[in-house]
Order: sequence, then structure tokens, then C-alpha cells
Amino acid sequence: MKKEIQISMKDVHKSFGSHHVLNGVDLDVYKGESVVIIGGSGTGKSVSLKCLLGLLTPDSGTIKMNTKNIGMLFQGAALFDSLTVWENVAFALLQNRLINRTEAKKLAIEKLAQVGLGKEVADVYPADLSGGMKKRVGLARAIATNPDVIFFDEPTTGLDPIMSDVINNLIVDTVKKLGATALTITHDMASARKIADRIAMLYQGKIIWIGSVAELDKTDNAFVRQFVAGSANGPIKMEVKAN
Amino acid sequence: MKLDLGFIDALGRMTLRFFKSAGELVIFTGQAIYHSLTPPFYPKEIGRMMVEIGFYSLPVVALTTLFSGMVIALQTYAGFSQFSAEGSVSLVVLVAVTRELAPVMAALMVAGRIGAAMAAEIGTMRVTEQIDALSTLNTNPMKYLIGPRVIAGVLMMPVLVLIGDIIGICGGYLVGVTKLEFNATTYLISTWNYLKPMDIISGMTKAAVFGFIITLLGCYNGFNSKGGAQGVGQATTNAVVSSSILVLIFNYILTEMFFKM
Repeated sequence: MKKEIQISMKDVHKSFGSHHVLNGVDLDVYKGESVVIIGGSGTGKSVSLKCLLGLLTPDSGTIKMNTKNIGMLFQGAALFDSLTVWENVAFALLQNRLINRTEAKKLAIEKLAQVGLGKEVADVYPADLSGGMKKRVGLARAIATNPDVIFFDEPTTGLDPIMSDVINNLIVDTVKKLGATALTITHDMASARKIADRIAMLYQGKIIWIGSVAELDKTDNAFVRQFVAGSANGPIKMEVKAN
Repeated sequence: MKLDLGFIDALGRMTLRFFKSAGELVIFTGQAIYHSLTPPFYPKEIGRMMVEIGFYSLPVVALTTLFSGMVIALQTYAGFSQFSAEGSVSLVVLVAVTRELAPVMAALMVAGRIGAAMAAEIGTMRVTEQIDALSTLNTNPMKYLIGPRVIAGVLMMPVLVLIGDIIGICGGYLVGVTKLEFNATTYLISTWNYLKPMDIISGMTKAAVFGFIITLLGCYNGFNSKGGAQGVGQATTNAVVSSSILVLIFNYILTEMFFKM
């Protein structure tokens, strides 16, 4: 049976002035799978994600997504400071007037429970939460509308290894429960191995390798091998500019 | 002969940057007006902003207009008494407060208080990706963040100025009666007799325009801030400086418009 494509990027280019960030990104993500894009800093991961979310307009190429119901977990959670935790979680439902405030709060508490948070956090403000708790609330907000596609931007950045693993497990569980398609960008290999069905490597604005987690360890692609090993020696040269 | 083009190069860059910024501001202004006038509206946000601008700015506006009215009464008396025209003190206080001092002083105070706060709040939302988050949650940031602030600014500044008018005139009255020994009843009657609707209308019109300028520039600078804490700080400074300058420029333009009315 042919798999249905949920997200498709074809020859996507994006430049900022003379700086070419995306140089023809091609990527298909199938319905229900979890794809992780890995790559070093400045390789175009965030720009790719912003193009997919419609926050940036590509210079050329095509992006297709088979749904408008999406969720997004931001790197710093991006919770709204002026709203309580439950109002953050239920924000999309409240603003689009899909349910009333009483129902919205009930649903928000359910979603918070799904990410391992008790109802006592529902009425506190984001400023009172730890980094890990903010990520959980961000995840609860991302899944509040039962989205078809969820995007994750560096979900484990800034967390300790144990909390990172907790978040990774939550991501895997929630995505599976929803039956959603997931696209994650990260440079955390432990996270990528845990979350991904397939891993794609972005380098100099292009996808240079894509394969399963099992294939990742067997590949003879020198760029991927260097990145996975975290070695300074190899074809990937980090730009270090001295002032 | 080698020609040094460094100066021309810098001048060209500066000119281009100026026109780019001006163009961006014009586009932002158009978008802000459009999104303020078209649904969906966010009554809770508009209410929150109206309280922030109208209620919490009241003490500082009241204080500045009170003392401005008092100073005007004293200075007018000092000048006019040389020509035996002390009886015009109440007229000068009335015209100065309603047409100039209340709108301008209130605008400068609100620019410092609200313009800065808006730029800092929206700027922080920008650098912490909260504005991007709004977009991903099916909410237009222009409608949710900018529209309510502009609406609240345009509606609440005239209210603040109207209160400032009353307090400023009371300041003049206090000085006139207690310090300059005017008859209280005569002072009040002459103030009432000199009062023309256009004095109030021109002040309130100015206030609405100033409210628009302050909220627009606070939002614009915050919305376009980048580069973390330093960028937010810069946005805050720019918001206060640019809105204060524009308030004074537009004050002259509007004064000229109302000059013969």
C-alpha cells in the first residue's frame, strides 16, 4: 500500500541578503511517521521549520501540507506570560471560540495530565514554572487541538539528561496516542534516536542523507558519521570567526 | 587621484535605511489600522489595555496637569500684571490647559509609561517566540496584540485629557484664589464664560491622535525588535523617543489646523 504524504518540501530555497540558508530542500514526511531533522548550528533547520509553519516565505520551491490542524512545541516553550497555564494550553480553543471557558479549563487539565502535570499547576503563571515544566505545558498546548501534525523545535535544549528523556518519552507517547505526524529539528542525537522513525541530515541548506535510525549507524556518509560521532575531525568544518 | 567614497557610501546607506524604515512604518500603520477596524476583536484584551492606559496613567497625568495649570496661572499673572490685564489669567489658563498643556503633557507622560511598556512587552514576546506561537495557534498577532492596544490608546487618551483639563483648570483656580487673591466666584464665572467647545474638541482630537501615535510606535518598535535583551531595550528607547518627537510635531500640525477655529 502506498503511503500518504503529509508534508512535502520540494526544492525549497531561502536567502537572507547574500546569505543562502536553504539551497533546495527536498523532504517528504508520510502520514503518522516521525521524522527528525538533524544538523549543526546554522545549517538551516530553524529556517526550514519556519518556512513549514508559514512564518517565513521561501524564495522558491513548494511546500505542501495536507492539514491545517497543526501543533508546535517551541524551543523555549514560548508560553504567554500574561496568561495562566490552563489559558495557555487552551489558547487556540478559546481564541477560535470552539468551546467556553469552563470546558476549556477542563480540557486543559486533561491535556496537562497527559504530559504528567497535576491540576494544581493550571492556575499558576509560566514564570513560576521550571524549564522542564514549561516544556511540558508547551507540549500540552501543542496537542490541545488534537493536531494532525506536530512540530518540535529542539525539544530537549536546556534540559538535564533525565528531563530530556522524560520529554522524549512524552513526545513519543503523545504523538502515538494522537496518531499524528511529527517533524522535529534537533542536534541532540539521543533525542533523535528516541523520537525518530526516520532521520534526515541537513547540511549547507540541503538534505544530504535520510534513513532510519538503524541505517544511521551503518551509513558510510562521512558527514553523517562525523555528526553522529560528534567529532571535530571530518568533512564538516565549523566556521570560527575571530574578531 | 584616488577619490575617497567612504562618506558618500555612508550617506547612501543611511538614506536607504531611513527610507526602508519609513516604508516599513507606513505599511505597519496601514496594517494596524486595518486590523483595529476589522473582526475578530478581542474585548478582553481591549479592556485590559484600556485599564492600563486610562486608569493606571491617571495619577501621573493628574499630577502633571495640576502643576502645569498652577504654573501657568502664576506666570501669566507675572506677565499680565505689568499691563493691568490680570483678569485674563483664567482665560489663559483655560486655553493653555485645554488646547496645549493637558494633551501634550498627558501624551508625553503616557509615551514614557505606556509606549515603553508596550515596546518592552511585545519586544519580549518577539524574542521569546511568543509572537510566532500566536501564529501557529491560528491567531493573527496584528489583531491580537496591535489592534487592542491601538483601539485602547485612541479611546482612552481623550478621557485622560478631559480629566487633565479639569484638574489643570482646578490647579489654575487654586493658585488664582489662594495665592493671587482672585475672587473665587468671579474666577469660576469668567472661566466658564471664556470656555468654547472648540477648546475641548481640539484638545480631545489631539489626544486621540497622540494616543494613536504612542500605541502605534510602542507596538511597531516592540514588534520589530530583535537580538535579545539589548534589542528589547533599544526598542523601548526608540518607542519613547520617536513617539515623543512625533507627538510634538503633530501637536504643531493640529494646532495650525485648529488655529482659526
